[in-house]
Amino acid sequence: MQKFSAFSLARQAMGRHLGWRPQWRSVVPKPSYDIIIVGGGGHGLGAAYYLAKQHGLCNIAVVERGWLAGGNTARNTTIIRSNYLFEQSSSYYEHALKLWEGLSEELNYNVMFSQRGCLMVAHTVHDVQVFKRHVYANRLNGIDNEWLTPEETKAFCPPLNISPNIRYPVLGAALQRRAGTARHDAVAWGFARAASDLGVDIIENCEVTGIDRDPSGKVTGVQTTRGPIRAGKIGVSAAGHSSVVLAMAGIRLPLQVNPLQALVSEPVKPAFPCVVMSNTIHAYISQSDKGEMVIGAGTDSYVSYTQRGGLHIPAHTLEAICELVPDFRRLRMLRSWGGITDNTPDRSPITAKTSVPGLYVNCGWGTGGFKATPGAANLFAWTIARDEPHPINAPFTIERFRDGTLIDEAAAAAVAH
Amino acid sequence: MLLIDCPYCGPRAEIEFAYGGEAHIARPAADVSEEEWEAFLYLRDNTKGVLAERWRHAHGCGRFFNALRDTRTDRFHAFYEIGTPRPDVGDAA
Amino acid sequence: MSGAFRLAGRGRIDTARPVVFRFDGRMVRGYAGDTVASALLAEGRHLMGRSFKYHRPRGPVSAGSDEPNALVGVGEGGRYTPNLRATQVEIHDGMVVVSQNRAPSLRFDIGALNTLAAPVLPAGFYYKTFMWPRGFWDKVYEPLIRRAAGLGRAPTAPDPDHYALHYAHCDVLVAGGGPAGLAAALAAGQAGARVILCDENVEFGGSLLVDTHSLIDGLPGMTWVARIVAELERLPNVQLLTRCSAFNYGPHNMVALNQRLSDHLAAPPADMPRERIWQVRARDVVLAAGALERVLVFEGNDRPGIMLASAARTYLHRYGVACGRKAVVVTADDAAYRVALDLAEAGVKIAAIADLRPTPGGPVVEAVQSRGIAVLPATTIQRAHGHLRVTGAELAPIGADGTVGRGRTIACDLVLMSGGFTPSLHLHSQARGALRFDDALGVYVPGESVERVRSAGSCRGIFALDEVLRDGVVAGLAAAGGETGPVWTVTRQDAPGAGGFAGALPRRGPGHLALAFVDFQNDVTAKDVKLAVREGFRSIEHVKRYTTTGMATDQGKGSNVNALAIVSDVLGRTPQEVGLTTYRPPYTPVTFGAFAGHARGDQFDPLRLPPMDAWARAQGVVFEDVGLWRRARYFPRAGEDMAAAVARECRAVRGAAGIFDASTLGKIEVVGPDAAEFMNRFYVNAWTKLSIGKCRYGLVCRDSGFVYDDGVVGRIATDRFHVTTTTGGAAGVLNMMEDYLQTEWPDLDVWLTSITEQWAVIALQGPRARDILAPLVDGLDISAGAMPHMTLREGSIGGVPMRLFRVSFTGELGYEINVPSRQAQAVWDRVWQAGAVFGLMPYGTEAMHVLRAEKGYLIVGQETDGTMTPGDVGCGWAVSKVKPDFVGKRALALPAMNAPDRLQMVGVLTDDPQEVLEEGMQLVTAAETPVPASAEGHVTSSYFSPALGRSIAIAMVKGGRSRMGAALYAPRLEGPALKVTLVDPVFYDPEGARLND
Repeated sequence: MQKFSAFSLARQAMGRHLGWRPQWRSVVPKPSYDIIIVGGGGHGLGAAYYLAKQHGLCNIAVVERGWLAGGNTARNTTIIRSNYLFEQSSSYYEHALKLWEGLSEELNYNVMFSQRGCLMVAHTVHDVQVFKRHVYANRLNGIDNEWLTPEETKAFCPPLNISPNIRYPVLGAALQRRAGTARHDAVAWGFARAASDLGVDIIENCEVTGIDRDPSGKVTGVQTTRGPIRAGKIGVSAAGHSSVVLAMAGIRLPLQVNPLQALVSEPVKPAFPCVVMSNTIHAYISQSDKGEMVIGAGTDSYVSYTQRGGLHIPAHTLEAICELVPDFRRLRMLRSWGGITDNTPDRSPITAKTSVPGLYVNCGWGTGGFKATPGAANLFAWTIARDEPHPINAPFTIERFRDGTLIDEAAAAAVAH
Repeated sequence: MLLIDCPYCGPRAEIEFAYGGEAHIARPAADVSEEEWEAFLYLRDNTKGVLAERWRHAHGCGRFFNALRDTRTDRFHAFYEIGTPRPDVGDAA
Repeated sequence: MSGAFRLAGRGRIDTARPVVFRFDGRMVRGYAGDTVASALLAEGRHLMGRSFKYHRPRGPVSAGSDEPNALVGVGEGGRYTPNLRATQVEIHDGMVVVSQNRAPSLRFDIGALNTLAAPVLPAGFYYKTFMWPRGFWDKVYEPLIRRAAGLGRAPTAPDPDHYALHYAHCDVLVAGGGPAGLAAALAAGQAGARVILCDENVEFGGSLLVDTHSLIDGLPGMTWVARIVAELERLPNVQLLTRCSAFNYGPHNMVALNQRLSDHLAAPPADMPRERIWQVRARDVVLAAGALERVLVFEGNDRPGIMLASAARTYLHRYGVACGRKAVVVTADDAAYRVALDLAEAGVKIAAIADLRPTPGGPVVEAVQSRGIAVLPATTIQRAHGHLRVTGAELAPIGADGTVGRGRTIACDLVLMSGGFTPSLHLHSQARGALRFDDALGVYVPGESVERVRSAGSCRGIFALDEVLRDGVVAGLAAAGGETGPVWTVTRQDAPGAGGFAGALPRRGPGHLALAFVDFQNDVTAKDVKLAVREGFRSIEHVKRYTTTGMATDQGKGSNVNALAIVSDVLGRTPQEVGLTTYRPPYTPVTFGAFAGHARGDQFDPLRLPPMDAWARAQGVVFEDVGLWRRARYFPRAGEDMAAAVARECRAVRGAAGIFDASTLGKIEVVGPDAAEFMNRFYVNAWTKLSIGKCRYGLVCRDSGFVYDDGVVGRIATDRFHVTTTTGGAAGVLNMMEDYLQTEWPDLDVWLTSITEQWAVIALQGPRARDILAPLVDGLDISAGAMPHMTLREGSIGGVPMRLFRVSFTGELGYEINVPSRQAQAVWDRVWQAGAVFGLMPYGTEAMHVLRAEKGYLIVGQETDGTMTPGDVGCGWAVSKVKPDFVGKRALALPAMNAPDRLQMVGVLTDDPQEVLEEGMQLVTAAETPVPASAEGHVTSSYFSPALGRSIAIAMVKGGRSRMGAALYAPRLEGPALKVTLVDPVFYDPEGARLND
């Protein structure tokens, strides 16, 4: 692997940058692998990386039906935080957050993880109760989270409107200082480059069309648009297409996909210092390194794989942004887009074995999967390698929907992920 | 914003409706197995293709009805009353 | 005439109306009808902006909404707007315009030093560095990058303007008012269809605004346009919208338009919205979006004074501006020849036309040659010279083998480029229409769509004017269902442009240091694109993301096709194999405020006011938001804080009586022969035996087994229940009831009606409640014997119809007086007056919370959080053991739902009676608990209880009911943990004697 550094940039500059090699190898599929990861997004590429790096399993392929990281990895608003309510959830996201903190060095790829802090703004007495419960619960779990008064909130994020006379005044905010944002594409590319260097085959434009199993039911490989590939184990990390892929093995999942839309403004000079989330009025916003205000909208209500939704959804979000940050009323929407979110009934993910031997699934991340990328990848790799979950992801089974042991972040906190 | 053809009121904008999820999932009796209960409550086909789904004209007549919509294009193929069988429209997008 | 480059007698500006505005503090003179760009160009000034990364000096490359370079900040104070295109901003007197992304000035920008560092700043350099030392990213590198990036500064004051939103329906929406769009609109309009025609420009005409050559029915283009527009205006079924861009094509033909209303006015009327968004539902859509000329990619192609040929033609014919004195034209297309002729005719010297094609020919080429203009076939531009303005063009011959020979430099102050025309596919593609590569044209054109949409004219690769007009008519008729449409004859038209070029121009030598820009604004060069491919980014989407080409504020309108061609060239794949990046809305940027429209301030969200809202306000109430409702929280008297007011209100209720507006409670009437059976199936409780006139506490679970809502239910008649829900849960409960009734139990004959708004609820609570109420209820015996706790009576109060519930959420003798909302204030006044002698006091939600917590009554949404069963919150008694089924029954039988270590509702007392726990505090077993640790439970409600003279709290604790008397600790954010003891959650009057008084 070509080391990335200021020094290597300077040296390559002298060679007019003709010496850079592909960041990951372009390969033709081998007939057989120990493990196939279905889905070349951040989670899948990361799982392959950790399988190779931490579990010594290098005969691995990642198959991606389109271009790497072209799904939700490419479409999210890049918020990273771990201040979830339930201990099971916050442990999982905190595991990810800790990995984020060292990821650029780990991968020798600047993923631009920027710990700018995330404010969750309270607008009602109920919000205050819920967010304070978050603060206390997180602190007990060893996760930073603090309560700010409206004035402290304003000091941390000056553009916010904390006037008491608006429709939903700001009554305070929970602040996680270690939260922030990262450069979404870079995470996937960094994992791809590092995994490829460890021998992982990364195969783009290769859609899985079937899952092969032996008479005992155990998986033996996949059928793809580039031919059959044998595999001892298959890990599905296909986000919005998880139901489609798992159906190939006869498994129905507790998932419903919905469009989720997001947008950016035209770029402006630095004007917004942190991430702000407001669940009550449905808005979240941060400013990217390029200067664009990155704004997440709500989900459309219906099942759709079209990667688009109705304009009334982002319009409603912009109403909220204009209330929260009235100075931004004259900024302009530059680009908007939609993704396919795979939502479980309790809005918590599944990272688990399935009922089919040799088949594993990491899905159900809904609107919040990006922040978990290294954590989910890391624990999914563990689960596949050892054929059993790590204690952190042990509660995140498919069976919890049968048992009733849900981890209901949405109902509990009414917080947008 | 989708245009939804309520069988009772005619075509109306999506914001008048509440989504009801997949259709034709009958609620079983209270003595079924845990697996059957899980299937009823949580497991879904999540179809990529023509999906039978429920809508309620919440800000109109209030009635639930079913629709067939291709989730690859969002194009509707049929609207029909609750309790009637799924029309056959093939797999055409 | 002001402006040395202004040409008298040309252009569509109004020279009788001079306009003065400021650019970077300096006065600039122009005319009504000018844009910022045209007025500056009229002064000979091309330098208008600086690029994103290298801060290169830039001038306008286009004359429209696709402009990547000439971005400016416009306006002052709250009306300051960054990043507007100088090519679109219409000037008016007093307008203040500033250039962007430069310091200290546009001519001398320190950031231009970045160009020197360009060799070490290739595409994606930031992924490869800034990683060491680890802590430096957040604190050093990133702030530096952020300061260098961005374009204009963000506004720092609230926008005083307002915006409007308009929904519209039509049969045919025509997007684009050039020749194809006008023809389509007229054909559709004459066929009787309801038509909306919109165009982003100030006036209709499109390409005809600058085509002074062709004749339609013998008329000059704009004369024809005026005639067609007049015809359209006469049609009552046609709506015409200018300055109005179709920017978003949503599912099912919902197209959004953005109309700019007031920015071009010096003094707009105060009531005029700045912009309006039209949400148009069209049965059929005709896209007539036109085509955009492509830039050429060569070294130094970004110097001010280098622009699209079509842009120079626009400045000439629309604004009467010559963009230079001496021009070099570089083209791969015939269209630029007509531009050269027009400019030459206006007095601009055309030094040479370099044509990339080996054998240019045809009438327009001959016309140029016959004017004595040098045409150099098989010639490329090696590089452009100059810094703040182009000073020369080095033209070089392309040999038969494709190699480029030595060139010569021609001095000039203007370079015009034309790489051919790219159809605008944005809206078609947003509608998820397929795209098809047209080999003959070398561009993508629209393919199939699932929507009822047609493209017409140059946006589908049809360029000859006569064919464009015919195509528009055909599309308009097809959309409208018409049969015959207008026919026009075009004369003197140029043949459609043959040729075209995409990708980097051929050059001599490798040009390792050459900066040939593909994406101007983001400073992406041809080398950057090649580097990305070299590094393995082979998908066009990867190239876009790695280099940021196409991600600037023009969203790749000028750059995408060139980037695609370079990638396909390097990979040796055809453009169709490489593919295009996804077109994403909006077509051009749209103001946030326009989306918000009037949904701002008080109009942001509907405000629901209970009937006694005005009365409460007159009492100086403090409100709280609960869902959409504004509820009275407490009624402070002079000098009281919330604690003092709440304590006083609580004492009044316990000692005498309190009055409370409980109208926000959800209310549903369940009526029909099967009403009781419906209630049995829906609620966890049993209802069959509830007699008429009796009430019962009802609990709703979801089928997941978790508590969803609760409320008192009264039986009015055998077939009629009066159901109450929580304030926030009303709509959800009704929707859930309808769901089960309509889809699971169609066998039941039941009607459900929301009666929340019909019945106001006046809660009268306290030991003197009966004394106050008894004289007011017309002939109704409400004595303890006649009307015990949990009963209801219908009657009247002062002649007003009434449903009177004897219920209590305070633990005191209490009534909830339901009266029609319109008469509620009158009844309230009567009760209020009658209560004065008894010490009646109004109380708000805060006191209500304290009073109910003293009694251990749960609040759904406070004690419960969507994961609690009835048993968890101490309501297992309510769950029927005998009903064969109800919503939630199956799930409640799951082992996990009955585990002994589930969170259970308990009371909590602090050791220090003055210490009030904070809601949300976690409970642990040890005073010193090292983190991370797991909680035993958490505090859900916590208050100071005036009745008990100490703090009380309710908590959910693992196995709590079997741990009464146990000690736990509540860690604080600062300081030692607080010791607490688990107790029964009923703190006050546990026997309920006061209730049944």
